[in-house]
Amino acid sequence: MEDSLTITRPVTRRSFFKLMGSGLAVIVSAKDVFSSSFISDATLAEDSIAAWIHVDEAGLIQVYTGKVEVGQNIRTSLTQIVAEELRVSMDAIRITMGDTQLTPYDRGTFGSLTTPNMSPILRKAAASLREMLIEMAADSWKTNVTSLTAKEGKVSHPNGTTITYRELTKGKKILKAVNQNVTLTPPEQWKVAGQSLPKVNGRDFVTGKHQYASDLQLPGMLVGKILRAPAYGATLTSVDTSKAKSMAGVTVVEDQNFVGVVGPDTQAVETALWEIKAQWKMKPQPSRATIFNFFREQAQTPRSEANVGNVDSVFQSATHVLSQTFQLDYIAHVPLEPRAAVAQWTGNNLTVWTGTQRPFGVQEELSELFKLPKEQIRVVMPDTGSGYGGKHSGDAALEAARLAKSTGKPVKVMWTREEEFKWAYFRPAGVIDVKSAVSEAGLLTAWEFHNYNSGPAGLRTPYEVPNQKIEFHPVDSPLRQGSYRALAATANVFARESQINDHAHMLKQDAVAFRMQNLKDPRLKNVLSATAEKFGWNKSAADSGQGIACAYEKGGYIGTAVEVRVVNGVAVIQRIVAAFECGKIINPRHLKSQISGSLVQGLGGALFESIDFTEGKIINASLANYRVPRFKDVPEIEIVLLDRPDINSTGAGEAPLVALAPAIRQALYQATGNRQNQLPMLPNG
Amino acid sequence: MQLRVNNQDYEIDVNGNTPLLNTLREHLKLTGSKYGCGEGVCGACTVLINGVPVRSCITPVGSTQNKEITTIEGLEQEGKLHSVQAAFLETDPFQCAYCASGMILSTVALLKRNPTPSRQEIVEAMQGNICRCGTYPALLEAIQVAVKK
Repeated sequence: MEDSLTITRPVTRRSFFKLMGSGLAVIVSAKDVFSSSFISDATLAEDSIAAWIHVDEAGLIQVYTGKVEVGQNIRTSLTQIVAEELRVSMDAIRITMGDTQLTPYDRGTFGSLTTPNMSPILRKAAASLREMLIEMAADSWKTNVTSLTAKEGKVSHPNGTTITYRELTKGKKILKAVNQNVTLTPPEQWKVAGQSLPKVNGRDFVTGKHQYASDLQLPGMLVGKILRAPAYGATLTSVDTSKAKSMAGVTVVEDQNFVGVVGPDTQAVETALWEIKAQWKMKPQPSRATIFNFFREQAQTPRSEANVGNVDSVFQSATHVLSQTFQLDYIAHVPLEPRAAVAQWTGNNLTVWTGTQRPFGVQEELSELFKLPKEQIRVVMPDTGSGYGGKHSGDAALEAARLAKSTGKPVKVMWTREEEFKWAYFRPAGVIDVKSAVSEAGLLTAWEFHNYNSGPAGLRTPYEVPNQKIEFHPVDSPLRQGSYRALAATANVFARESQINDHAHMLKQDAVAFRMQNLKDPRLKNVLSATAEKFGWNKSAADSGQGIACAYEKGGYIGTAVEVRVVNGVAVIQRIVAAFECGKIINPRHLKSQISGSLVQGLGGALFESIDFTEGKIINASLANYRVPRFKDVPEIEIVLLDRPDINSTGAGEAPLVALAPAIRQALYQATGNRQNQLPMLPNG
Repeated sequence: MQLRVNNQDYEIDVNGNTPLLNTLREHLKLTGSKYGCGEGVCGACTVLINGVPVRSCITPVGSTQNKEITTIEGLEQEGKLHSVQAAFLETDPFQCAYCASGMILSTVALLKRNPTPSRQEIVEAMQGNICRCGTYPALLEAIQVAVKK
């Protein structure tokens, strides 16, 4: 699973920019100022300043990162970091993101890793460039660096003389390695970073000018669509494409199970696709009604996450033992922009523009499909209408590239909502068994936890328990499944925190006090108390239900409290309070937006989102039949941000989602007397 | 077929059954209106026809002849943003912003019909527009700023 891959890739001397041509003007050391050096082989080492930041001939600061913008507003937060260290204004910076030809390799934008990993890389590169510019100015003025300052895109001498970055570098690339020990601007002195600055290209979003992958148009471009199977596991036995082929401007591409149609516009290709008569051979597939048994029956050898002490002997003698099972359905990401790609071949060179979280991964997929060296494939990621972990694969890119190759023209493939529901991938469904024991004093003594299929993220318990047995049981999922915002942490935290709330209830202890005596991590305890305080825990009216939960996930600490009231016989979520801490805050407004967005998205999966399927056929593959949160579903949301300037910033796009469902469950139980052990909790709600 | 979009006349050769959205995006290259669901339930494709918000993905282009179509590209006048666009820019509610043009045009239509909507009236009017990033609280704030402009 992608979530376990949280290792920071070390910056190496890996070379790229292979297609830049020869004769690149470069600066190797500060002595090069006003002189010209050229390198014939136009490659850049990944640890050079120029790999990340370059002052172009017009004086604009060009920044390169393999990370991509999917709505988390990292174009803005990364710009803030660079602006801060380089002492320039936000509008002097342009960021190129996720272009396999122009940006350093990056494994992908997932796991809330941009802020903890990419932000420090760019911060050091920007600070190194600032240091280098000061050295260059000192060299040209024959003075020493300590008397000089960098400010507003210029280096200044105490005598009032200034020189701009542009005049210093003259568009040349700086090959000097990023100084890993460069002096960084401490957060207490931040003027640009740490502020709630608006989206850097905000105007383009409100005028419709911003181009997403599906908006791109190339001269002579055609539109493509793919013939889809009626169900999972179906194979094509025969196909009659004669009528489609006879239609004006339409080309049919057939390659074994792959049948595609290319034409001048969507209307033409949809009509042609409709005229294709295909016969399919079906294979027996499970249905939703049987999926949880299927997981248990098909479970493979479990992977142990923790095995400490002896849980069984504790269970035999303990007086307070609680054993329960939790289940959760497959759910869909439903990015508002479905998968889309435009592909263009120039001889044996392929360029694909596509909405993906992993442009370098898509480059690899294309390289494998066409047996082409990666150097001949360029993948560019314009911004995409979000992903939430759902756009790791290059499906539309591969399809567009196949169709473009066959027709010799650029081809755009944009999936319909139905295709996105049926043929993208889902957040895994799963079953979780939990058994645990507490002492009379309210201390956890044993913890046994088994997750079937939903995934290992967030599997370990943050509670202090002397005896633990925690296992993940992988299953070959009958439906295509993959990454999803916060991954299995949502499921694992739901089961774990529900169990904790039930233990507290069994012992007639307060849910916050019970947690405090079983937790050690001070940061987790801090968010829990901040949540309880803001919420007014145990102070609300008696006619409402209240629930609370907390978790640590992907570097972020989250506490969530929920109030539920029964209005005219219907349980309504009145209020959500969340406290979040992810180290030093880079942009408070966008951080709040990520937390609030996570909570709203979490509401869907907690309450009503669910993929329904029968014998491998997805039967609610439309937005009319798959409910996602809308304006009316959103209660009052209050967010407490805990800023920790002393701790490096981590990501925030996922962790805030995970503690919501168990808090809702507890509030629903108090308000209605029903305990829900499955997600979604109110499928008809 | 003749179409009038953003105060400009277009002569185009399309089948009248083609959804207006496809016509705008593929034939007129006005890509600000987005495809989200194809069944009129997400609001991403919202345009105004004679000032009324319409889901262009389920509107046959043939039915829009001789009518005034306004898309997101037509709101800005001589480099000056429409007050609703200005309110959204100032409030900065979006994450991926793929829903933006639908949200803005639905707001324009709401404020034309009811210049001072209550919070509840805003929620009712915007119920057909999905923001999958879940920025609804910030969107409500942006719409309330637009009300004051």
